[in-house]
Amino acid sequence: MTRKIQFREALNEAMCEEMERDERVFLMGEEVAYYNGAYKVSQGMLERFGARRVVDTPISETGFAGLGVGAAMYGLRPIIEFMSWSFCLVAADQIINNAPKMLYMSGGQFKVPIVFRGNNGAGGQLGSTHSWAVEAMFASVPGLKMAIPSTPRDGKGLLKTAIRDDDPVFFLESERMLGFGARGDADFSRYLHDDRWAPPAAEEDKEFLIPFGQADIKKEGADCTIVALGRPVHFALEAAEQLEKEGIDCEVIDPRTIRPLDIDTIVRSVRKTNYCVVVDQSWPFASIASEIAAQVYEQALDDLDNKIIRVNNDDVPAPYARNLEQEMLPNAKKIIEAVRAVTYRA
Amino acid sequence: MTITSEPDTHTSGQPSDRLDAAALLSMLGEMLLIRRFEERCAQSYQQAKIGGFCHLYIGQEAVAVGSISALRDDDPIITAYRDHGHALARGMDPRLAMAEMFGKVTGCSKGKGGSMHLFDKEHHMYGGHAIVGGQCPLGVGIAFGIQYQQEDKVCVCYLGDGALNQGAFHEAMNLAAIWKLPILFVVENNQYSMGTHIARGTSMADDLSVKAGAYGMRYAECDGMGVLKVYDCFAKAAEQTRAGEGPCLINVETYRFKGHSMSDPQKYRTKEEVAEFEEHDCIQRLRRRLLDRHLATEEQILDLDEKAKKLALEAVKFAEESPATPVEEMFTDVYSQPFEPYRRGEAAEGFRE
Ligand SMILES: Cc1ncc(C[n+]2csc(CCOP(=O)(O)OP(=O)(O)O)c2C)c(N)n1
Repeated sequence: MTRKIQFREALNEAMCEEMERDERVFLMGEEVAYYNGAYKVSQGMLERFGARRVVDTPISETGFAGLGVGAAMYGLRPIIEFMSWSFCLVAADQIINNAPKMLYMSGGQFKVPIVFRGNNGAGGQLGSTHSWAVEAMFASVPGLKMAIPSTPRDGKGLLKTAIRDDDPVFFLESERMLGFGARGDADFSRYLHDDRWAPPAAEEDKEFLIPFGQADIKKEGADCTIVALGRPVHFALEAAEQLEKEGIDCEVIDPRTIRPLDIDTIVRSVRKTNYCVVVDQSWPFASIASEIAAQVYEQALDDLDNKIIRVNNDDVPAPYARNLEQEMLPNAKKIIEAVRAVTYRA
Repeated sequence: MTITSEPDTHTSGQPSDRLDAAALLSMLGEMLLIRRFEERCAQSYQQAKIGGFCHLYIGQEAVAVGSISALRDDDPIITAYRDHGHALARGMDPRLAMAEMFGKVTGCSKGKGGSMHLFDKEHHMYGGHAIVGGQCPLGVGIAFGIQYQQEDKVCVCYLGDGALNQGAFHEAMNLAAIWKLPILFVVENNQYSMGTHIARGTSMADDLSVKAGAYGMRYAECDGMGVLKVYDCFAKAAEQTRAGEGPCLINVETYRFKGHSMSDPQKYRTKEEVAEFEEHDCIQRLRRRLLDRHLATEEQILDLDEKAKKLALEAVKFAEESPATPVEEMFTDVYSQPFEPYRRGEAAEGFRE
């Protein structure tokens, strides 16, 4: 019997289990305590752990993100919640100049075990300031790690790993996915049924940790590799269902973490299928998709029977209008077209 | 409050009353060490043995020495990029500080940080930080850690007067105030941020108490050319903070005798202005006090200076003779739990736990 669990509940479980396990772990951010989380990810945590460990902050990202870095240098293990990654930009100096470089600049003396987490990517008609997908912008910074889960199972396993990790982890969630799972199987692809969706509960396994740098093959297939992370994994699976009907058997690979990136699993898949489409919810220029495509070209050029196609956001600020926003984002239709084109079936 | 050249006039009932001759001599020795060390830095920079940006602390020695003398050894400190003085006052081996600037593997950060980023975990020195104001939220985080673990420590966060105008400073002040965190924000007010006089860049420059007032925070100020004035101010402020009275903003009036960095023609101030402040030199002031009160002899003081010169020279020699940082170190210390192509690093010899 699979557990019925929403994405936000899985994240909550991860934090609660790790806070039970380690007194140094605390959660801090805007509205995480009394409000129970702007998106209810921290529901019940104030009641359970008290105001010392579940800390509401003023709207002061530079202040509390930097506080987290200092506290981590001092030996605590902060989880800093950004209501949205779109709001982290005012704290850029703290999160990309301080956190990931402290260990290096101090010659190995000060590590920074911190998790920055929050919603990433378009939330739904929020306009351009609120619709950042920050992965491409930050993934190039050495010293940080980055995880982008696509299922509650991965969310829980990766977040527990992130909290135990001794390095700064950028953990990118999606507002659009937090409620996934509320309606049970109807919410997600049939490829994710059975144990692929839900993580084990604490009673079953307190040590449910998913290591960084291990891609997950969300669907096996022989004809074309689709690489996707985070919410686009679901678009890719939707596309795969459609394409299956057309006789194209896609393999959907979810790297789950970008730093470290499990390029080996991707390359192995491309060697098998000889075709590759990369889906990415950030802008195309110097993007995650560009990077993955470049690495696949470097390692498997001879195995490719066509160029790689990238399915990115359109290269514009996120528009407000519903139709424009949907058109701008990667979606199943665009992925289907890309797969057809790359496998010469267009 | 104005800077005076008086040998510190005695007001009784000050914490510094308890300092005996040995303690005063030790403070003088530390200031001399910083002065001589900085002179060697300047020389080595001119010889191109030190690269990058290098900001000397000459003139401000009393701030680091007076404040750190008033703290406990395990009170954490954090500062900006003008950090040599704090590192030395905290007890960092001058050889390892110099080797860092020479970019050698024996340096405190194995040559990966440089002059502006000196760290010494063992001595609770949480770094020099080179983005103006960026260290303020970090300091608040350290203070949060102290409070979280219910420890009896006080974090001291130094900043230049230029940092008063950074958002990071104000956010840090607010967080420290609402949570009553055990932190002292110390403005090393040397009047200039590079070439900008504080009055040109900072509102209410002649009354910084309003900055604290805006956050309902305690405020103190002192004459930063008098090491005992600094000591007294910090002893009191730290005691109050340790007693649970929350953060305090301390405005220390000081002056840097040299340029902002090593390449500063100093067109923004007159030679006369600099000369006037040099009259108030913190080292001379303490020296006069010791002599006037017969707490030390001229000879003892000369000895101290010789010792400081020797340590500074030895630091240069050590740095020169140390091996360059091997290229293999490039990929260490990026991650604590590394993945390909990174490797785990080991802190420089003097800094291993
Ligand atoms: C955010 C940022 N802007 C600009 C600089 C360049 N810069 C380095 S030091 C400095 C002046 C800072 O003066 P102050 O804070 O008064 O410290 P002082 O040099 O007097 O010790 C400037 C503008 C910087 N390092 N960081």
